[in-house]
Amino acid sequence: MRTISVQKEDGNQIAIQAYPIDEVGANERADFFTKRSLKKDSKLSALYLAMSMCDLTTLEGADTPGRVRQMCAKARNPVPPEMIAPLLEKKGFAPVPSVAAVCVYPSMVPHAVEALHGSGILVASVSTAFPSGQAPLQVKIDDTSFAVENGASEIDMVINRGAFLSGDYQTVFDEVVAIKKACKDAHLKVILETGELGSYDHVRLASEIAMEGGADFIKTSTGKVTPAATLPVTLVMLQAIKDFEKRTGKKIGMKPAGGIRTSKQAIQYLCMVNEVMGPDWMNPQMFRFGASALVNDLLKQIFKEAAGHYYYDKAFAQD
Amino acid sequence: MSELTKSSANLKIAKTIKLFIGGDFPRTESGRSMPVFQAKSKKLYANLCKASRKDLRNAVTAAQGAQHGWAAKTAYNRTQILYRMAEMTEGKREEFIEVLTGTLGYTKIQANKAVNEAIDAFVYYAGFADKYQQLVGTVNPVSGPHHNFTTSEPVGVVALVGNVKFNLGDLVAQIAAVIASGNAVIVIMANEGAASIAPLSEVFATSDLTKGVVNLLTGDLQELYPHMGTHMEINSISFQNSDKKVLGELKEMGATNMKRVIGPVKEQLSLDHLINFVEYKTVWHPIGN
Amino acid sequence: MQTTHHKPFHLEYAPSIESTDIVKIEAKNKLFIDGKFVEPTSKKYFSTVNPATGSTLAQIADANAKDVDLAVKSARKAYSKVWSKMSGKDRGKYLFRIARLIQEHARELAVLETLDNGKPIKESRDIDIPLVAAHFFYYAGWADKLDYAIPGKDVKPLGVVGQVIPWNFPLLMAAWKIAPALACGNTVVIKPAETTSLSILLLAQIFQEAGLPDGVVNIVTGAGETGAAIVNHNDINKIAFTGSTEVGRIIQKAVAKTDKKLTLELGGKSAHIVYEDAAIDQAVEGAINGIFFNQGHVCCAGSRLLLEESIASEFVDKLKTRMETLRVGNPLDKNTDIGAINSAAEHSKIQKLIQTGISEGGEYFEPTSSQLPEKGFFQKPCFFNNVSSAFTLSRIEVFGPVLAISTFRSVSEAIAKANDTQYGLAAGIWSEKGSKIHKTAAGLKAGVIWANTYNKFDPSSPFGGYNESGFGREGGRHGLFPYLSI
Repeated sequence: MRTISVQKEDGNQIAIQAYPIDEVGANERADFFTKRSLKKDSKLSALYLAMSMCDLTTLEGADTPGRVRQMCAKARNPVPPEMIAPLLEKKGFAPVPSVAAVCVYPSMVPHAVEALHGSGILVASVSTAFPSGQAPLQVKIDDTSFAVENGASEIDMVINRGAFLSGDYQTVFDEVVAIKKACKDAHLKVILETGELGSYDHVRLASEIAMEGGADFIKTSTGKVTPAATLPVTLVMLQAIKDFEKRTGKKIGMKPAGGIRTSKQAIQYLCMVNEVMGPDWMNPQMFRFGASALVNDLLKQIFKEAAGHYYYDKAFAQD
Repeated sequence: MSELTKSSANLKIAKTIKLFIGGDFPRTESGRSMPVFQAKSKKLYANLCKASRKDLRNAVTAAQGAQHGWAAKTAYNRTQILYRMAEMTEGKREEFIEVLTGTLGYTKIQANKAVNEAIDAFVYYAGFADKYQQLVGTVNPVSGPHHNFTTSEPVGVVALVGNVKFNLGDLVAQIAAVIASGNAVIVIMANEGAASIAPLSEVFATSDLTKGVVNLLTGDLQELYPHMGTHMEINSISFQNSDKKVLGELKEMGATNMKRVIGPVKEQLSLDHLINFVEYKTVWHPIGN
Repeated sequence: MQTTHHKPFHLEYAPSIESTDIVKIEAKNKLFIDGKFVEPTSKKYFSTVNPATGSTLAQIADANAKDVDLAVKSARKAYSKVWSKMSGKDRGKYLFRIARLIQEHARELAVLETLDNGKPIKESRDIDIPLVAAHFFYYAGWADKLDYAIPGKDVKPLGVVGQVIPWNFPLLMAAWKIAPALACGNTVVIKPAETTSLSILLLAQIFQEAGLPDGVVNIVTGAGETGAAIVNHNDINKIAFTGSTEVGRIIQKAVAKTDKKLTLELGGKSAHIVYEDAAIDQAVEGAINGIFFNQGHVCCAGSRLLLEESIASEFVDKLKTRMETLRVGNPLDKNTDIGAINSAAEHSKIQKLIQTGISEGGEYFEPTSSQLPEKGFFQKPCFFNNVSSAFTLSRIEVFGPVLAISTFRSVSEAIAKANDTQYGLAAGIWSEKGSKIHKTAAGLKAGVIWANTYNKFDPSSPFGGYNESGFGREGGRHGLFPYLSI
């Protein structure tokens, strides 16, 4: 097995194993979770759980304070209150949980913090010259510090794929370490942008570097590159997390992002997390979905369970 | 040969005909012999060894020890060694003719023809040793992300019983068909042509063939076949004799270790003769990143 | 972080049961001879049970020697009057038609297979039945191309073929036997295992639907005596058998003094080698699939796991963790990974061998998570760690979800240990180093080698063993050879 070595700030070297991944085998194993079938109560509780794991996201050049406020309103109340009483309460369904966080660009953080004040919903900010990561390190640190100082409690950084693919793992590692420092108390999610890494071997190695560098979460994608999150890529990262926990005792969170649009997909991910990681990861502290379209599909399915038929899409806010 | 009665000045040294096991020329451990007579004079031609069960076992041990290395040689190398056998047969033409005319009463023309057939058989299988794989190997189009291919391998240790009526060309074809793919063989020479063991074993001994790949035993088929049938280290039997009763019994006995017992082939020089003594191995491997 | 969602969450999978409404099981199931369903001459029937519940599913006709004789006569007549005279092109068209009809009846066949055999619906639905259709598709196309089967050879059919198949993949084994036999121009008398007769009788209805000429395939149900009547019938030209080595030996003896050709697909004790440079997580999955697929009722099951010593403890830990997530239970539940053991007899045989393993000192492990259903024949997946090659479990085929684990230190030792068996059906190799895989594959005495995968099947891929795992190949071009006179 290949071993790479990176130097920590204190001058000590750490060895990072490049565990090989068999692509076909990983795909087959991931496919297995698409065959799990959840019915009735277990399906409903999975839908609620998925809802609570969502990071509602807007990451557009056209984002405005107004657009962010609208999204935050939806995060607070995913379901229009007048729909809850006649249906969910009457049927004995629990209230639909709010999402875990909203995810915005650093410049939008102040607006999101203000809009979510008192809700308990976290504000996450992408940083480090998201999505390309092609900026000098100091710019990335400043980007991060800005978000943190303005109240972001989670930072979603991107790794330096250029450095990674050129074999400069030290730079990748150093950047994660530097951003972790800039995060202060904020949680750090490290985006690998798996769609640009070229192989599961690389995904696994990048996961190891990110975790060694101090990631609290590892995340598949920016959502700007295809393919974004897939079941097998998430599986490979989960298994890296599992092995890391065994080695170090540290539990790292996982966030697939991009391309997860349906409740059916979300349930497949949850089955995978359940079987590969166990119940410790079955909460929003340890697992997130980076997805926006998913929220409405989860609502649609929850209301279908309550009403016995599908509501039309317009029943739920498009934000 | 056997002109022992001539004057001592011309006294020829008769060659003692022995077994051929593991590349050596031992006498039978049993100390038994069986006479072969001159075709015309009916006088003694030579005393051949009458191989025992123990000799058979020794031959199997030798074959087993040699087979892996023989199979591990490149096909090109096996081709050259088989071709070398043809060359050595040509070199021993006179010795073959002497045995065939002496013990079987062949005319010189018949004997020459038999040697030619033997040479042709060696050449035929020499040319097959590095080609049959391409005729029976396959790349299989499985539906899925896997590379899948089937190759052939020698079955292992093969015991060979030749035709009821001796035919040098056939016997050589039968031996060559077995060893071309990398098998080792133990040949039971039990018919009237058994004395040809002498030149034949010298051909194998001088062809750079791995010692033990070909083992030749002269003896009594009725005595030896039950031990062939039950020997667990013999993987296959090439039974080219037409005695159906013995074939049936060999198949029955072969059930102890699932021996592949192959009855007489239709064509001595053919692909199907050769592939009677191969196994097919199919390998799967994912195609991924 | 917020603290509102933190109670531990256990995702329970509620049962998701496949409906059995789609299948209609006749109370009495007759023999299929000469294109018609007929009473057995003895009028005797025996029961077939659902191994997941132990309750009787149906009555199956018990064919005796007389019935077998009728079936052979029908097959002979169909051979000489119809099937051997038909063009390869037309034979192929019948096989294509059958393949399509199998796809159309896929759901029904899958449910029936699961009911009668006990295998998870997930497997009968996604593996068995699709492979059955694929097998007919594959061989259909050979029927008019037999001139290409062996280079330079004219080939002919053999005549009437007698086939005896096992209970572990009832319909798939039927397809493996029937499709190449018919493509080559032979006609068939086939006997399913006595515990799994139902799916092949549904296949008989598909033959009727396809308009397959009467007598081309005849199905005689029954136990060992029925099989013996086929093996010993003097108007059969070839016997093809899949089953235990023990019975294979009896058959080899029985046909030894006849002109019958013979192919045998027998037992195995296949080695599954994991090198230290393997993709470990995928190798763990491979090991799981290798031994627990189809409850371990697989002749090529990777029942001996050979681990390179340097990774053995890590690997075993991962294996244990993974085994805790295996779901044993109702085979009709789409979430079931391991279904029911096919019969009470097999179940007690497996349990006895587990006891032997324990008494010989293997380190036994079974997952604590799964609870077995109260009724039916169920067995927890398990393994024995640090077994010696002298242990019973290293040598005897269990044919159940029981894995024997031992270690090795080098490539040559791995090969030597893998080959330390009288069998030679299959083997697995896990390594990310190509040259090592090829060296190992070349050294293994086995007919099927899965490198970085396991238990994959395909109609185009030859399958069959070395040594006491039998002889002859099924699948691919090589699968034609046993059904042709060359």
